[in-house]
Amino acid sequence: MPQITIDGKRIEASAGKTIIEAATESGIMIPHFCWHPSLSVAGNCRMCLVNVGMPKRAPDGSTERNPDGSPVIQYAPKMQIACATPIADGMVVELSDKRTETAQNAVMEFLLINHPLDCPICDEAGTCKLQEYSFTHSVGKSRFDDPKWHKDKRVPLGPNVMYDAERCILCSRCIRFADEVAEQHVLTFVERNDHVYVDTFPGVTFDSQYSMNTIELCPVGALTSRDFRFKARVWEMSFNDSICPGCSRGCNMQIGVRDNQIQRLEPQTNMHVNQYWMCDHGRLTQYDFVNTNRVQEPMIRRDGQLVPVSWDEAYKAAANLLKRYKHSEIMVVSSSRASNEDNYMLANFARKTLKTENIDFPLHTDESFADSLLRTADRSPNSRGASETGAGNSRRGVDFAHLLARINSGSIKALYVMCEDFAESAEMTAALGKVETLIVHASNNNAVTAAAHVVFAASTYAEAGGTYVNVQKRVQHFRPAVVTQENSRTTGMKMSRWDKFGTQYDRWAQGERRNCRQNWNIVQGVANLLGGDWHFKSSEDVFSDLAHHVAPFKGMTYELLDEHQGLILDRADSPEPKKEVYKSFTMKPN
Amino acid sequence: MNVTKNTEKERMTFWEKIYLPEIARGLGLTLKQMFKPTFVRQYPEERWEPLGSYRGRPVLVLEEDGERCVACGLCARVCPALAIEVRASETEQEKERYPMLFEINMLRCIYCGFCEEVCPEEAIVMSKDYDLVFTSTEDAVLGKDKLLMPVEQLQDRLEFLRRWR
Ligand code: SF4
Ligand code: SF4
Ligand code: SF4
Ligand code: SF4
Ligand code: FES
Repeated sequence: MPQITIDGKRIEASAGKTIIEAATESGIMIPHFCWHPSLSVAGNCRMCLVNVGMPKRAPDGSTERNPDGSPVIQYAPKMQIACATPIADGMVVELSDKRTETAQNAVMEFLLINHPLDCPICDEAGTCKLQEYSFTHSVGKSRFDDPKWHKDKRVPLGPNVMYDAERCILCSRCIRFADEVAEQHVLTFVERNDHVYVDTFPGVTFDSQYSMNTIELCPVGALTSRDFRFKARVWEMSFNDSICPGCSRGCNMQIGVRDNQIQRLEPQTNMHVNQYWMCDHGRLTQYDFVNTNRVQEPMIRRDGQLVPVSWDEAYKAAANLLKRYKHSEIMVVSSSRASNEDNYMLANFARKTLKTENIDFPLHTDESFADSLLRTADRSPNSRGASETGAGNSRRGVDFAHLLARINSGSIKALYVMCEDFAESAEMTAALGKVETLIVHASNNNAVTAAAHVVFAASTYAEAGGTYVNVQKRVQHFRPAVVTQENSRTTGMKMSRWDKFGTQYDRWAQGERRNCRQNWNIVQGVANLLGGDWHFKSSEDVFSDLAHHVAPFKGMTYELLDEHQGLILDRADSPEPKKEVYKSFTMKPN
Repeated sequence: MNVTKNTEKERMTFWEKIYLPEIARGLGLTLKQMFKPTFVRQYPEERWEPLGSYRGRPVLVLEEDGERCVACGLCARVCPALAIEVRASETEQEKERYPMLFEINMLRCIYCGFCEEVCPEEAIVMSKDYDLVFTSTEDAVLGKDKLLMPVEQLQDRLEFLRRWR
């Protein structure tokens, strides 16, 4: 393998790689705008110019040497762009010598000639490559006195993406993304030299299911989310790692939270799952139900009305109701939307405490949702995990397909539902009125809670810790991002400055701390009144118990899952080799 | 001064020790002051008008077409006391964003002037307002209605900033 020296550091890389690829793989960052590891090379921003040299050859073909024995380096007369120059054995690349620094500074000066410098109103500020390099690779002075060239600042490229032509540095990342990844060939450059801007072809719009990935991909703030625009500044939000519950791909993402409300979701790189992307559906729909229409506290039905009660009262009410029925009269509905921890506890509760085999979960399949990039037909994040942890039907009891008939025939009298809303089935919703006892865990008010006798306020995925198993059988860990009364400041959550220092007297720190609990904890509360003996303190405790008892999870811990960005079922002992994760922005706060 | 000599005996003369003549001397001094011109300002009827360099409560600059503030949140970030809360929203105006909500908690504010210094729009400045009275903690959180001040009333400060900053 060719050896090259970057900034005095010797690295090895396979032949055919470009300088910037070789550097990134060994953790060296060469400043760049237009290059991206998953897109073709455009070589148009010139930010990656570096001083490149090769060992000098004597006429006889041998390497010329200095008196101390080191090879004489002959630098190329012109600087090379690191993103398009293939490496060669013995190559020497200078990143911080005078020549490279002058070039970087000059490129920055050119890029900023017509840049509006409206960082104060720009959503990118704080994660902007142009800001970043202004600190690190520019002297911060412009010698250009002429008025700036003005362009349009609010151009919708599609339903979700807004384009600001003034901020655009014309790197073509968005165009290449649309062509190569989203495969929607609608974006192009229009005009020439400093009048250039990005536009859609006439009569089409950039409405790809992946269009919003261009927002993070854009190295500056030229592309912004029409959904998020101006909701919060980057440094005002805390970002915790999570998993999108929108489908069984389980895209890794970060949840941006301010005032204990989710402001936005953005993809987190995981090369084994979603690479750098997530779909627009995931990021637009998977947070509203966390912020609004929540079940505020545990409730029980008294005189036909749901009234708020304490957790202990609700546990007691549920336990007393369940005691009235024979094992075969109770059906437990687990959930492909809940975590492995939740389903594992519920399965144990059903089989060991209620001694019933009537347990199953509904599937949420939608063939029209699937595509060839990320989206899958299974619209729940954890159907695989639910069956692995024993929350599926074992063929010995009532399964979900027969539930409706059994309710209607009166052989199922009590229903214990965890986090399912039956929204796809009107018959099922109607049948809920016929069961004598309906106990539900619910995070949002819906038709099931309206009919329920006991409602437990459940945490959503954003307030819980847990694991999902995705369509590739990959077990992935997600952390809580939104504070509840249950998880309040105990779980190592990342916090913004405002979260850290806000007091009860500050209006901005009074974002609601909901009185909801994680599903496994609720199950534990009810089970312990019916003879169970569980004392799990955290979802991590539950997971270690699970990993001990359920064979495919053997050897897994949260720590290992985090370290390897997820592990495949049954293969905890042979994770994929770890690689450098490319990060476009390095200065992101929080 | 030599401290060892500072005994009671040395500090007091005989006349001082007998006390009464000193009383009379003190009363005399008071009497003399009563006939001199006074320096008392009849506050609050008579207010002191500070100079442009004075740092009173921070206010938002209001122009004809609305506030200058673009809700960038930098003042909230720099404020050492976390007194400021800004929430942005989009406007049809050219500046694109404006503060939907802007609050300064005057119980937190320490009048440091950092917010004024960091503001890229010269939209928040220190006014001459120094007499703040509140009857509850809620009252002390000033919203946009109390913070916006017409630019004409802030000329002194803006002039000061232009010259000295
Ligand atoms: S909009 Fe962004 S990604 Fe697209 S060309 Fe301009 S700077 Fe590059
Ligand atoms: S592909 Fe699935 S998991 Fe990924 S963002 Fe979309 S809905 Fe979420
Ligand atoms: S003057 Fe200082 S303490 Fe007061 S609001 Fe401004 S930055 Fe905060
Ligand atoms: S720094 Fe200035 S422009 Fe920015 S939010 Fe504060 S007052 Fe408004
Ligand atoms: S990154 Fe090499 S030219 Fe843009």
